[in-house]
Amino acid sequence: MTPLLEVTDVVIRFPIHNRIAARLTGQPSSIEAVAGVSFTLEAGSTYALVGESGSGKTTLARAITGLVPIESGQVDFAGRTISGLSETALRGVRREIAMIFQDPIGSLSPRLSVRAILAEPFKVHGETADLDGKIARLLDDVGLSPHFAQRYPHQLSGGQARRVSIARALALRPKLVIADEPTAGLDVSIQGEMLNLMRDLQRKFGTTFLMITHNLNVVRHVADRMAVMYLGRIVEEGLTDDIFKAPRHRYTTALLSANLKAEPEAASYVIEAEGETPSLLNRPKGCEFHPRCLFKRDVCRTDMPEEQMPSTGHRFACHNPA
Amino acid sequence: MLREPMGLLGIGLVLLIVLGALFAGLTGYSPSKLAMRDRFLDPSFTHLLGTDHLGRDLFTRVLHGARIALGVAFVATGISFIGGLILGMIAGYGPRWLDSLLLLLFDSLRAFPTVMLALALVTLTGPSLAAVVLVVVLATLPGYARVVRAQTMSLKTTEFVLSARSLGAPSWRILAVHIMPNLIGPLVILVSMDIPVVITIEAGMSFLGLGVRPPTPSWGAILNDGYAFIRESAWPAIAGGLPIIIATLGFTFLGETLRDHLDPRLRQDG
Repeated sequence: MTPLLEVTDVVIRFPIHNRIAARLTGQPSSIEAVAGVSFTLEAGSTYALVGESGSGKTTLARAITGLVPIESGQVDFAGRTISGLSETALRGVRREIAMIFQDPIGSLSPRLSVRAILAEPFKVHGETADLDGKIARLLDDVGLSPHFAQRYPHQLSGGQARRVSIARALALRPKLVIADEPTAGLDVSIQGEMLNLMRDLQRKFGTTFLMITHNLNVVRHVADRMAVMYLGRIVEEGLTDDIFKAPRHRYTTALLSANLKAEPEAASYVIEAEGETPSLLNRPKGCEFHPRCLFKRDVCRTDMPEEQMPSTGHRFACHNPA
Repeated sequence: MLREPMGLLGIGLVLLIVLGALFAGLTGYSPSKLAMRDRFLDPSFTHLLGTDHLGRDLFTRVLHGARIALGVAFVATGISFIGGLILGMIAGYGPRWLDSLLLLLFDSLRAFPTVMLALALVTLTGPSLAAVVLVVVLATLPGYARVVRAQTMSLKTTEFVLSARSLGAPSWRILAVHIMPNLIGPLVILVSMDIPVVITIEAGMSFLGLGVRPPTPSWGAILNDGYAFIRESAWPAIAGGLPIIIATLGFTFLGETLRDHLDPRLRQDG
């Protein structure tokens, strides 16, 4: 299979103080929300980025489509470098990459009808022939009846709004769909429906999905490969099945064991992480997970672990792996 | 809205002024023709508010003055509304340097007291209706632009604007389709609350001789004449002041009721 998306050493910084204030208080003038992330996404597959809130996964997703500027590194899409392009130059690329945002209702323009919201991608890219037919087909694709075209976002339930945003994302048959917490704020039954819907559409149109989530059940259900992010870095990456079967990084093991399982016996071994996620303002020395790790050694306090890359394609960065 | 006494009173008073302005020609008197024999008449059935120092029917002059007051209020706030909307959106959505430049402009304008601004401007242009409109626009536009700018900046980071950007929508389309419809409501409320202020600016400038020139009837000019001849008759002063009170109260009540209804943040039942 060929890579559709290649992210190489991407760093994203946000300014927090101006330079003078930073000099006076001794604090850094910016934080690294994403600190050198690389991964490759195969065409037609589903890839999941997993991590706690604040791990930089949403920022990374937004940076891929150019909504957030990249400090350094490179993003290649379908054989073209798309990082650093201007808004105008990105327009063609944005036809091929669609995004689904976290808030089902908040990501729909409040004063527009569903019809106008679904017409938006066609109008932006000048494909207005048979607009009504296209909108009717989109609504049908996501399982909404035609009369929803007249509704406004505040008249939709979370699940219906999510279907509309999926329909909008798929309108131009993009090669890549980036879905940021596609199941957030939805009932469990509707979460399942949404995931099945996306899988059906993926089969039908061959779409590649990049899914950002902290819901491990979702990852296990849909993702071919996954990456675990911690404080803006990927700490473990590999096939979803491999990671769920044998997680290596201590953060991944903690994350997986914190995920509640349906079978009560399976919950007998729970490995917990201690304390809170450290602040990006004050990154720990050595392995950044060591203050919370139950398996830390002396070396973890001083040296940042190198990424280990066994031939299996399952990579991780840990001094004392499971 | 019709169920609230304050809103109803507001609508009634505003309607009174608007109808008066519409039918000002039907009183049977000219607003500017002199009739020196009829000076300082007290109110009667022939002259509902009496006559002024030149024998002109005050009721007719007040109704014609309503045309000036409403005309200035709607034209000037209309220009401020559109100008504030456009400049505010540019400041809020455009590049940082443009924002700083426009903010500097807005703040310098707002730093001028309105009367000083009016005096300085009229010294340059001479008193005229256009000068009144210009003063009102300069006095109100920066405030609207700042509100629009702040709203635009907060809308800019919402997910629906980000999703329009991620679809590849150009900036003009994002502003016109996704941001502007969400700005109009709050701005209409703000502007409707400002109409009484504009009416008093017009009357104030005409009172000071900076506005419309005689013999054009303006409430401020009528009030000024009444003030000069108050020892002869109190009626010209009353005729000039009463409509200003009615109009400002009417538009204030209307504006406040409108705000309570259209702005959900101020709605008490949440």
